[in-house]
Amino acid sequence: MCTGYAGVSPSKSSRRGFLFTLGLALNAAAATLVGVPVIGYILGPVRRRAAQAWISLGPLQKFPEGQTRLATYENPFRVAWDGATADIPCWVRRIDTERFQVFAINCAHLGCPVRWFAQSRLFMCPCHGGVYYEDGSRASGPPPRGLFEYAYQVRDGQLWVRGGQIPTLSEEA
Amino acid sequence: MFREWGRAIGHWFEERTGLAGIIAIPMAHRVPRSTASWAYVFGSATLILFVMQIATGICLALVYVPSPDQAYQSLEYLNYHAALGWYLRAVHFWGSNAMVLVMTLHMIQVFLWGAHKHPRELTWVAGVFLFLCTLGMAFTGQIMRWDQDAYWGLGIGASITSRIPYAGPALVHVLLGGPIIAARTLSRFFTLHVFVVPGLLIGLVGLHLWLVLWLGINEWPMPGRLVDRATYRKRYEEEVAKDGVAFFPDAARKDMVGMGLIILAVLLCAALFGPNGPNGVPNPTLIDTAPKPDFFFLALYALFALVPPWTEEAIILIGPVVAICLLLAVPFFAGTGEKHWRRRPIAVLGVLLIVLTVVTLATLGLVVPWSPVMDAWSSLPTPTKFVKGRTPLELQGALVLQNKQCRNCHALAGQGGQRGPALDDVATRQTTDQLIRQVLQGGGNMPAYGKNLTPAEVTALVGFLETLHPPNQRPARTAMEPATPER
Repeated sequence: MCTGYAGVSPSKSSRRGFLFTLGLALNAAAATLVGVPVIGYILGPVRRRAAQAWISLGPLQKFPEGQTRLATYENPFRVAWDGATADIPCWVRRIDTERFQVFAINCAHLGCPVRWFAQSRLFMCPCHGGVYYEDGSRASGPPPRGLFEYAYQVRDGQLWVRGGQIPTLSEEA
Repeated sequence: MFREWGRAIGHWFEERTGLAGIIAIPMAHRVPRSTASWAYVFGSATLILFVMQIATGICLALVYVPSPDQAYQSLEYLNYHAALGWYLRAVHFWGSNAMVLVMTLHMIQVFLWGAHKHPRELTWVAGVFLFLCTLGMAFTGQIMRWDQDAYWGLGIGASITSRIPYAGPALVHVLLGGPIIAARTLSRFFTLHVFVVPGLLIGLVGLHLWLVLWLGINEWPMPGRLVDRATYRKRYEEEVAKDGVAFFPDAARKDMVGMGLIILAVLLCAALFGPNGPNGVPNPTLIDTAPKPDFFFLALYALFALVPPWTEEAIILIGPVVAICLLLAVPFFAGTGEKHWRRRPIAVLGVLLIVLTVVTLATLGLVVPWSPVMDAWSSLPTPTKFVKGRTPLELQGALVLQNKQCRNCHALAGQGGQRGPALDDVATRQTTDQLIRQVLQGGGNMPAYGKNLTPAEVTALVGFLETLHPPNQRPARTAMEPATPER
């Protein structure tokens, strides 16, 4: 019954050799056809189609002039099962009637949430002690730069930001 | 009669499966008598912990919902509603701690006993990957505990990943399953934690065990008995033939005791201390949180706070690659020669250095002296000795110190942040002018308060700071100033 390895050695002329080659080729084709979509699926999130979109932070009255307030926007690309993680916080500084600064919550060092202290007009990070001035520039600690800022615009009495992406050193908000 | 029936049934199965014969080969294989030692129990203990993690993990997955809107609730349900859910969560948590710890002990032991040397290089390499996969399980497992630490831990992971040149942004998206931490992120980490990494671990464990069987357990090293590529195998086989014992039960007895004790210790910890968390609802808008990793990554967390900023990029990017490559390369550049730790001072000192560094950093990671104490300004009292008999201006300065969050970084009477120096005797170190300059311009890792304080506040604050010196020690002054009478 058992022919041994010699029996299936691929020799081009024989029927066995052809079947062996055919088997290899069919399986290689199948592996490619399975592998390409699998890898494409896993790497799918890399395609950055519209990773950001304009979204409202609410009416301008929420942000008194000269003050910095915590605001929240809903991730424009949310899905139903995102839960609370769809709500993204950010700091809004209203410099005067028209000028704003919208800072990402994430410290420029390693992404922890920075906190605003209105009395000393500083942002402090609880993780590694990064500190920023009220205009977002770096004051002290390990951060390599100032706070990340969202692009903003004032439209229909509301403050809009381009949100939807976690700001990092290689990809700002 | 029962014994005969039993034997007959056993025979029936053996005839049809041949399994007993297969199992008998690894069980009965002969190993050097010297390996039946308490020092050799950590490998099997790690294995049994892994088996326990699989068992408890499967149980947890029966209830856990890997979806950000319900993961937290399902953990709370496990803690408070599901029968024994709290206990299985506790066993899984303490088991993970024990697995990392015991695996580290195993790694240190085999290294000090020279087990990585010829011909067991690849056993070591497989072990290094097992170690990395286990740390991967620890990190992804921490994410499964979908709480504030998990959410912001992912932020830290994304920030570190983003620093990789060129591929950084793409890798962040692959890691998070999108541009931001959301539903797909948790699903990804669940898949990694439950399917991908455990699959890798099972494969690697198989390879690791096969190599141990194929090459034999490392014999107890003797000073002066050198490993030589040409003669080692032959000498090992001679030793086993001359003075070998069956792995089971002769060498395995102590392993069995070790496995039992460690599992019981984990169960005891689980019963006494219970599960860990979930701590804090994973709502990103609740920002009053100080994220902290589990103990496996505390040392890294501390490192990021302590290295000079200009070296950080290099340490984050090159550090792990160098460390892993060094670990993998150890058996190839130190694969022969002395095996006994007494003749390998560099190896012993290297282990000591690494252990001390990691333990010191992890301890600092618990204390976090570099972090501002976020509520120090609003919660700590000003010690009475610093306000008694002070002028109104100085008292006003004490208020400024409190209200402007100075205490978040500066301690008074041992209370407050440790980021900056304690202020108890700051007046003995800095003259009035220096104090004013420091407050206004900052420097030495202190923000400049020039724009954030009114001149009146600065005057009051410096007035108070000048009083901060021991009663028998004068405040600092320049040689130009006349010696004022003590205040």
